[in-house]
Amino acid sequence: MANVPEGLFYSKDHEWLRVEGETGTVGITDHAQNSLGDVVYVELPKTGETFAAHDTFGSVESVKAVSELFLPVAGEITEVNESLSDEPEKVNTDPYGDGWMLRVKLSNRGEVDSLLSAAEYEDYIGSLE
Amino acid sequence: MLHGLGLGSAEELFDSLPADVLLKRPLDTPAALAESELLELFEAMAAKNAAARRPSFLGAGAYSHYAPTIIDSLIQRSEFFTAYTPYQPEISQGTLQAIFEFQTLVCQLTGMDVANASMYDGSTAMAEAVLMAERVTKRSRVLVSAAVHPEYLQVAETYVAHAGIELGRLEVDETSGRTSLDAAALEKDVAAVVVQSPNFYGCVEDLKAFAEQVHATGALLVVVVTEAASFGLLRSPGACGADIVVAEGQSFGVPVSFGGPYVGLFATREKYARQIPGRLAGVAYDKEGRRGFVLTLATREQHIRREKATSNICTNEGLIALAATIYMTALGRRGLQEVAEQCAQKAAYARRQIGALEGFSLPYSAPVFNEFVVRAPSEAEGLLRRLAESHHVTGGLALSRYSAERPNDFLVCVTETNKRADIDALVAGLKQS
Repeated sequence: MANVPEGLFYSKDHEWLRVEGETGTVGITDHAQNSLGDVVYVELPKTGETFAAHDTFGSVESVKAVSELFLPVAGEITEVNESLSDEPEKVNTDPYGDGWMLRVKLSNRGEVDSLLSAAEYEDYIGSLE
Repeated sequence: MLHGLGLGSAEELFDSLPADVLLKRPLDTPAALAESELLELFEAMAAKNAAARRPSFLGAGAYSHYAPTIIDSLIQRSEFFTAYTPYQPEISQGTLQAIFEFQTLVCQLTGMDVANASMYDGSTAMAEAVLMAERVTKRSRVLVSAAVHPEYLQVAETYVAHAGIELGRLEVDETSGRTSLDAAALEKDVAAVVVQSPNFYGCVEDLKAFAEQVHATGALLVVVVTEAASFGLLRSPGACGADIVVAEGQSFGVPVSFGGPYVGLFATREKYARQIPGRLAGVAYDKEGRRGFVLTLATREQHIRREKATSNICTNEGLIALAATIYMTALGRRGLQEVAEQCAQKAAYARRQIGALEGFSLPYSAPVFNEFVVRAPSEAEGLLRRLAESHHVTGGLALSRYSAERPNDFLVCVTETNKRADIDALVAGLKQS
């Protein structure tokens, strides 16, 4: 059973978002990392780049495939997890902790409301099986 | 087959075609010949090909070099010759190892860190380099030297026509024959500068100076090489600061054959490895620690990533790359240097002799490898035709084919296959034509 922590927001593209003030932290969910298999490379944007909600911000490459990464909310990238270039396996071992991907300054706080809660995301991935 | 389809005749099969496109008489095919008669027919036809037996000084992207016989005898082994896309590591260690060795040799030649398993040819490799520069820099303007092979430029224009990339031109300095890099042209939105060296006019470009200027604006330097034999003599593009090196590998043991199949070489820096088009062979180890060869980074190809793929190529020129690998291995470092030295020295001799002819001049001052432009006292196309007819020498390529402003210019290429007597015949012929 996939781990879906309370208190985070989720997208149907299997990204999670942790909101602290005006800043959001983004990563991929436990369900996503489990489906991808061993992650070997994470391609991330540069800080300062801006994206609209649902834009592609990078890609994650596993031994099976390369998948696009979608930003759940619009904003400007303030920080990326540089350590993933040497240790991409953190996405597998700790998707909600050390495996975080980037921090974004939210352009529109209201967009968060359109995302899923933990319970809704759990129902959603349940419906995929 | 007609029976299987439930049809009575061939006419019925083509019934759905519009009547006005049909041939309304039987197809005019000669009667069947016995095998011995057929061979005679072909030999008689081949004998008409006088150009194949004339000394030739044609280059411009397709070069006559000696191909050791070991190439054909090895590539025709059925393990290599008959297999289609043999990339499953369980059954294809030989093929994958050969590709790995090809990549290793390409890295050594170009002075780069990583090379792919090959491209269709030099021109498509250049076009892919343009697309890759856009991916790496996220900028959309690419400046291409006007001394890049004109047909390579056409291929690049086709590739980028709907890719949102704008191709600009860098003019050629009419004194040196080298590309001029105008600092003003190098604005911040330039993704890459593409230069060929030796360029289409045979001139060796000052790549180091290019690299410094190009890198100062955050753009990439793409170096194109159409005559791979030059790697044996010139400083590698990698050592000069190139970010992507693409080349035509035909010079390495592949016949000119009306333009193909050829093989494209593509190499870049390690940091751009994930943006490289096509596929790569890599070394891997199995559970018991035994070395093996596998395809790596194929997850970025079209059959997996569809429109998000890193290239338009989903394959490589396996057999031709193998031929080039055997050529490079058979000649070795010393052999490649010797071929290059012979090309350069024979070309220098020819250039000196032609330059001394009355009425003929050498318009460009930059150093050359094995190709150079000659300005004739009269229109070059007619001159070359008279030379072929009266002196049985194919003297080069009239540049009027590519530029109406160059009626008297032609390109002469000299390789190790041209004997001194051939060069002397060319010079004597030019004098009298």
